[in-house]
Amino acid sequence: MKILKASNMKRCIGCYSCSLACARNIHKSLSWKRSGIRIHSSGGISTGYEATVCLACDPPPCAPVCPTEALRPKKGGGVILKKSLCISCSECATACPVDAIYFDPDNQMPVFCIHCGRCVPFCPHDCLEMVGSAKEVPDE
Amino acid sequence: MNKPFRVLVVNLTQQKSKVEFFDTRKQWLGGSGLAAGLFENYADFDQDPFHPSQPVIFAIGPLTGLFPLMSKTIMSFMSPYNGQYAESHGGGRSALALRFAGYDALVITGKAQRLTCLGFGSKEINIQDVHFLKGLDIFKTGKVLRTLKPRNPGHRSILRIGPAGENLISYACVNVDTYRHFGRMGGGAAMGAKNLKGIIISGDSSLELPSDTLKEYNKVYQSIYKTITESGAVKKYHNLGTPENLIPLNELKALPWRNLQSTHDPEIEGISGETFAQDLLLRQVACAGCPVGCIHIGLLRERFGDEHEYLYRQVSYDYEPIFGVGSMLGVTTASGVLTLLEEVEKLGLDAISAGVALAWATEALEKGIVTTEQTIAELAFGDVHAYVEALACLSGKINDFYLHLGKGALNAAYVYGGEDFACVLGQEMAGYATGENYYVSQALGFRHSHLDTGAYSFDQEEQARDMEVAIKYMQDQEYYRILMCSAAGCLFGRKAYPREVFIKALKSIGLEYSEEELDATILSIQAHRWAIKFRTGFKPEEIKIPKRFSEVETWKGKTDTDYMMKLKEKYQEVLREVAARHKFQEK
Ligand code: SF4
Ligand code: SF4
Ligand code: SF4
Repeated sequence: MKILKASNMKRCIGCYSCSLACARNIHKSLSWKRSGIRIHSSGGISTGYEATVCLACDPPPCAPVCPTEALRPKKGGGVILKKSLCISCSECATACPVDAIYFDPDNQMPVFCIHCGRCVPFCPHDCLEMVGSAKEVPDE
Repeated sequence: MNKPFRVLVVNLTQQKSKVEFFDTRKQWLGGSGLAAGLFENYADFDQDPFHPSQPVIFAIGPLTGLFPLMSKTIMSFMSPYNGQYAESHGGGRSALALRFAGYDALVITGKAQRLTCLGFGSKEINIQDVHFLKGLDIFKTGKVLRTLKPRNPGHRSILRIGPAGENLISYACVNVDTYRHFGRMGGGAAMGAKNLKGIIISGDSSLELPSDTLKEYNKVYQSIYKTITESGAVKKYHNLGTPENLIPLNELKALPWRNLQSTHDPEIEGISGETFAQDLLLRQVACAGCPVGCIHIGLLRERFGDEHEYLYRQVSYDYEPIFGVGSMLGVTTASGVLTLLEEVEKLGLDAISAGVALAWATEALEKGIVTTEQTIAELAFGDVHAYVEALACLSGKINDFYLHLGKGALNAAYVYGGEDFACVLGQEMAGYATGENYYVSQALGFRHSHLDTGAYSFDQEEQARDMEVAIKYMQDQEYYRILMCSAAGCLFGRKAYPREVFIKALKSIGLEYSEEELDATILSIQAHRWAIKFRTGFKPEEIKIPKRFSEVETWKGKTDTDYMMKLKEKYQEVLREVAARHKFQEK
């Protein structure tokens, strides 16, 4: 399995093309936030940009706190959401150590990166890449 | 999707706000069109620009956030510079923030009793007292505003004015997200007159895309995105950026130097786009929703101690500002230009207007029309330190001289003399000494901007002195630019958005126009804008093209004054006819 990494954020120009692409293609929305990858400036634009995105933890700390098993660990890291099971408690968002789960107050659903890579071709500055997950790297 | 526009209307006198629904999208499209419609609705044509009742308007377009490069906000107001209806366009995150806050436009009326900041998002509106920010520069103001409501780091847009705006300098600008501006025509003073120091827009909501057209929308998006990221025409804005024009224009003998005393100078190397890029470029940034990223940030390094002690600052640069405080003031080093740009930025002035006004003052001092007692700073072309001092005087209205200069170079010239060499075409000239078509076009242009009709480009064509062709060119360009600005797109995206692409894009989000309908809409917006401009006092026949423009030599040789005056007369008539198409409704 491959996972999304925001490897070159020093190059980011803050165009939000990645977030907008995820919102558009995955969440059928126009949004800055309803997106698996969210770009922030850290205190004014002169300090550059940071990306908030799921790290594909393995095992993921968000999954076990889900009371309904709506969120399940994925092979190779990260999680899958079964929407119909979600009771909108937002425990997963609280549990994520890097704030990568955004709990959308509008539709009461958690939003996170599913490592599909659809944002990657929209980044004009090659900040993002899909890389092999840790599990795939053979032990030395 | 042809529903009314959702507009946030804030009255600062009453400290109250409300959500209003205004007309239909099909009629006004958005951006420039919507701003004009709202202006007619809210303005008091018979009052002066600083009257509390005058609205300050920010409008976005139907495609904002939905398509790449649809990233501008149109600000409209009664200009403190000339008392007429004016528009200014700014980017940064402002447009998307307004979209995600849930509004198509923001209208601010009234005047706050104390210095105020307006902050709002989709679920909150705060009118906050910020009297403690009085007189603070743009940078310090930004720091404080970032701590105010709505607190939502990362997805806010912050608009703010500096001392120039507070002091009602006629060409004070509004700073947007540090590196972009609503420049020209005095939007900063329009905000200053309302005691409005800043606006914080939080883009905190999400919108569902229309499911019935989603497939088509994604397809159109994909193809536009491809054109933008793959076509060389747009890419150039990212590479050297607009400063790539400095050398070519200098070679064409079309770059104004030292108050337009010449159009070419061998010292161009020092301030060329190449020099900036090689020596000072730190990085590029983008407006939200734009993959081009034309905003170039330079590194200004300054030694402050005897030992090797340096401090650094990040200053954005572009072609026009480099012309304004560079070639026009005879400053021939890139770091000198950045020093001045930083100062201009800090004070909240428009870089072009401030530069051109000081260029006039420098020549006036050289010629003995004014004295150093008046100018305080010992203005001399190329002297960066003198200009730093003068900029502070200018934004602080330190004496009568700067009071007059703060109303424009031609205004000061009416008082002291020296009208012949005031480089003013409706407002301080932009950086294209390309020839007669451009001079007339800026002088009579809607925004008095080189972007109104792009006539500087036509000057470089073979039929450049054919009046019929010139007028057709200018009118066609104006049509297109009104379309682009009503969609509220960045004019750098022109190559990616021919008219048929607009029609497709609009259709893919449920706004259907036939070619004829779109034409009718744009022509009606055009008539409307011009009618308001005339109604607020635009008298083209009274606008002078100062003698300096007749003395200019370009690669074509001397200015053809005869052609220029004839073109001006003819173009005046054309504009009158355009404006006459619009009939005002009784209020
Ligand atoms: S919000 Fe939904 S997915 Fe997240 S923990 Fe609660 S039930 Fe599970
Ligand atoms: S697309 Fe790339 S450059 Fe643009 S905001 Fe995302 S990471 Fe930054
Ligand atoms: S091309 Fe430049 S000004 Fe235009 S939207 Fe992109 S970054 Fe902003």
